[in-house]
Amino acid sequence: MNLKLDKKDLKPFLQSLIDEADLFAPVQLAEGVLVFKKIDRPDEVDLSSSNTQKPAKEVFSPQSETMFRYEKAGKQHQVTSTEEVERKRVILGVRPCDIQAVSLLDEVFLGKEYTDSYYLNNRNATTMIGMACGHPLSTCFCSSTGGGPFLRKGSDLFFIDLGESFLVELLTEKGMTFQKSNFFKEANTEEISLAKAIEEKALKKTDTSVPVEGIEKRLDLMVESSFWDRVHEKCIGCRVCTYLCPTCHCFDIMDEALTHGGQRVRNWDSCLSSLYSQETSGHNPRPTNRERTRQRIMHKFNYFPKNFGRIACVGCGRCILYCPVQFDIRQAINWTSAKRLKLQRGGRSTNP
Amino acid sequence: MIQKKIREKAKELLEKKMVDLIIGFGEWTLPLRTTPIFVRNPKEVDHLIWNSFCENNLSTYLHKFSHFKVGIVVKGCDARSITALSLEKRFKPDQLYLIGVPCQRMVDRRRVKKAVKGEILRASEQGDQIIVEGEDFKTALKREDFLYSSCQVCTHRTPTLANVLVGDPVEEIPMTETHPDIKEFEKKSPEERWKYFEKESSRCILCFACREACPMCYCEECFVDSSNPKWIEKSLSPSDNEFYHIVRAYHQTGRCSGCGACERACPMEIRLTYLTQKLNQNVKELFNFETGIDAETLPPLSTYETEDRQEFIK
Repeated sequence: MNLKLDKKDLKPFLQSLIDEADLFAPVQLAEGVLVFKKIDRPDEVDLSSSNTQKPAKEVFSPQSETMFRYEKAGKQHQVTSTEEVERKRVILGVRPCDIQAVSLLDEVFLGKEYTDSYYLNNRNATTMIGMACGHPLSTCFCSSTGGGPFLRKGSDLFFIDLGESFLVELLTEKGMTFQKSNFFKEANTEEISLAKAIEEKALKKTDTSVPVEGIEKRLDLMVESSFWDRVHEKCIGCRVCTYLCPTCHCFDIMDEALTHGGQRVRNWDSCLSSLYSQETSGHNPRPTNRERTRQRIMHKFNYFPKNFGRIACVGCGRCILYCPVQFDIRQAINWTSAKRLKLQRGGRSTNP
Repeated sequence: MIQKKIREKAKELLEKKMVDLIIGFGEWTLPLRTTPIFVRNPKEVDHLIWNSFCENNLSTYLHKFSHFKVGIVVKGCDARSITALSLEKRFKPDQLYLIGVPCQRMVDRRRVKKAVKGEILRASEQGDQIIVEGEDFKTALKREDFLYSSCQVCTHRTPTLANVLVGDPVEEIPMTETHPDIKEFEKKSPEERWKYFEKESSRCILCFACREACPMCYCEECFVDSSNPKWIEKSLSPSDNEFYHIVRAYHQTGRCSGCGACERACPMEIRLTYLTQKLNQNVKELFNFETGIDAETLPPLSTYETEDRQEFIK
């Protein structure tokens, strides 16, 4: 059965979610700047703008996450755990690229050898409401990286914006708990076919030409390639691409101590920062931007596939859109293809 | 015309081996933008372009190429950064060759994007218009209405101290006397100013794009990266974010050319230049000094005179 949510019912629906759980959804912080935030009031939610700057990963692996707190209580020290997630959580308005990215984070944080309890608790507590991407941008290439603007996988519920209403699909057990929701009505055949039409149009729009197939093998041969001497040149070494990447997941653990207590926090880290690989002795095995740029590309397209069998890029295009100097990862991928490499060896100045 | 001259000069410099590489602007994948390019082969100078989307301050790359002889395409602000850096002894004499372009003021791509509905797929310039095209629209916008704030107030569009100018010097009249953001900021009460600053810096994700895009931020160890002493925590917190933004701005006093690269680099669109430009304004009023105009005068905070004003000491 196909359901729908009329847009006039959206606010009460959101309120019902807020009453039941911690709701996370896109919020506009400034004109055109969106992030996922915990929602206090339904009118904060913005489902009509383009994708968020910061990806949905921060709902599961926050930029700064307290691991525990401690304080002096007399002669004793008291440690407070922050592992538990006390309330159910719902995340609404997540695009398929970000949902696919969460499945990649699952590989890391919920792996065979190790389970990260903070991440696991966040994941288990959360119902994921995916939002179809009706208007992919020219920088989107999710269809090249194994995803797509209407990929349902990973969503518990899936919304498709039809203009006046959302078509609602219940996809998992968690999703089915919404079956009896008063806000959802039965969708008619016209609405269902409209959704299909929007889907077909969106599918046609996304770029399927970025050659990620076989990239792991190509990069195997390129670790010491002169390719890297040029490819990094325009990168200024900021952290935009890694922090805004929905799959980048590196973190750095710090103790923040005050006189009477403190906390252990883990913060996102970025391989493009010189501090990332700086050793205590002062030695830095990745001394320049060349090695750091190589790390970024190799991790996504070689090491990650070696460990988990999939590339760590979902084609959301954020790193392209927000890079201050237009480093274009699509071009970096293109240039790893043999034909392009020959050109590069011929002396062409390469610079994605 | 300017573009042709840039290419000719670049070709000459590379052919005569006067420089190892040219840093300039090239076309790339996104509309309304250009990208920094690095040309070593005289046969490739045709990749160099010039238009109103050459927004980056390329002098930030000079730290990366400190062991090379570099030819660099500079606007007025970029040239001023280089002069300021030279005063800080960042370059050897004759290490740089400045190809100066009298600047037409750069187009604020974000404002253009916000002015149209739908994604812009192509953009071009025609006279005083910017033509933007999308899937189902084609619009002409008045270029003048979409210029960066930092460019609107610029009075040094013609590069000073360039080795060559590839265009005629332009009239140095600002479009507006005061930076629009400063004008707004100054109208506010102290409490409102703090609120505004708080709101802007609250979006910060500590990606340090503003720092990396700035040619003047080249400290061996930035204060935010220092762990001993630890000036700020690595976690996102309002007070640490605010501290970073205040110190970053203050460290630019008398060193900032007002290019606006910091603000353009910010993925969260945090307003930054109202702070640095206000400091520039103060330095001009208090010390009659502007960054990077001559190659001899040190910035006021790098030196002292016995006649320095001291009424602020109470």
